[in-house]
Amino acid sequence: MSVNTGDPSFLRLLQDRYAGFVTQAKAAEVEFDVELVPAGPSADPDADVRVTSNHGRWQLTRGDFRAEWEPSSNHGWIRQSANPYSIDAVLRIVHTLVLARQGGFLLHSAGAIRNEKAFLFAGVSGAGKTTISRLAPPDAILLTDEISYVRKQDGHYIAFGTPFTGELAKLGENVSAPISALYLLAQGPENRIDPISPGEAARGLLANVLFFAEDDELVRAAFHSAFDFVNQIPVSRLTFVPDARVWELIG
Amino acid sequence: MTRLYVARNPRVAARCFEGEMMIMSGRDSTLFTLNKTATILWQAADGATPLDEIVEHRICPEFEVEPSVALQDAETLARELASHEILQVSEQPISQKGPGDSR
Repeated sequence: MSVNTGDPSFLRLLQDRYAGFVTQAKAAEVEFDVELVPAGPSADPDADVRVTSNHGRWQLTRGDFRAEWEPSSNHGWIRQSANPYSIDAVLRIVHTLVLARQGGFLLHSAGAIRNEKAFLFAGVSGAGKTTISRLAPPDAILLTDEISYVRKQDGHYIAFGTPFTGELAKLGENVSAPISALYLLAQGPENRIDPISPGEAARGLLANVLFFAEDDELVRAAFHSAFDFVNQIPVSRLTFVPDARVWELIG
Repeated sequence: MTRLYVARNPRVAARCFEGEMMIMSGRDSTLFTLNKTATILWQAADGATPLDEIVEHRICPEFEVEPSVALQDAETLARELASHEILQVSEQPISQKGPGDSR
């Protein structure tokens, strides 16, 4: 993705926020022009987001931003105040739109690479994504403590690091690896991995897929991608105490 | 007696996975898992077959239940599924338009 801004301080803010994920590449799949406006009194980042398609143009709105993106031209604009949270939300949403058409998705999960294999730990806020990321041993490469980027390449699911952080506030590494397992997180009195039914796996995955678009076709694409994922990737429940020994079960 | 007709909403995504029918709303991405009765109803909801015939031929053979009771329960269920925009319910046959989606 390419983001254009004429504001040097906002540019520095983005470069700092997405350090490790910024390149000078000229060509981008998606290009945005950012128009900075003063924060209005109604600029509520907790307002509901709406993502709708109108004649081939995606329109993204929330209390604190408006954006449009036209896939046919790969170009769009974002109107927001000079803050990192609005553009972060826009980038997440656009990634979900792009990935849905490619058989991938953003997943509410922590992720790490160990022994060249990626492991994802999915759960809602409070499930333990940040905790398990914090407990990761030195040989584990952290992809994210909040949002995993999952893409299907050559028939295999690959997890990529993302700059989308949670409470750990630490960027993932800009690396990728084939996904070896998905764990649905639970906290309990001991560290253990339990099998779950395919239906439970699909429900658990779908509950954690980020999806915002009010669009039948994309909903179908994301829905069926989730089942395809569950058919390929082992999904289990990981209960942990939490302490660092949980990582003895991973990898 | 007024006959009811039921049809699958073509705006949802549906999949029978390991024996469980899962449906996702195209409107707000809400996920539903149907029980056995609802699954039978969903699969038979072609818009042309009256609900009483679905109950008689598809639901009653599966459960030990009085047909009149089964029909009443099926009507309630159909209207509940319609409230979630999973099914369409009408007193007239429903023509199925749109791509639909069920695997």
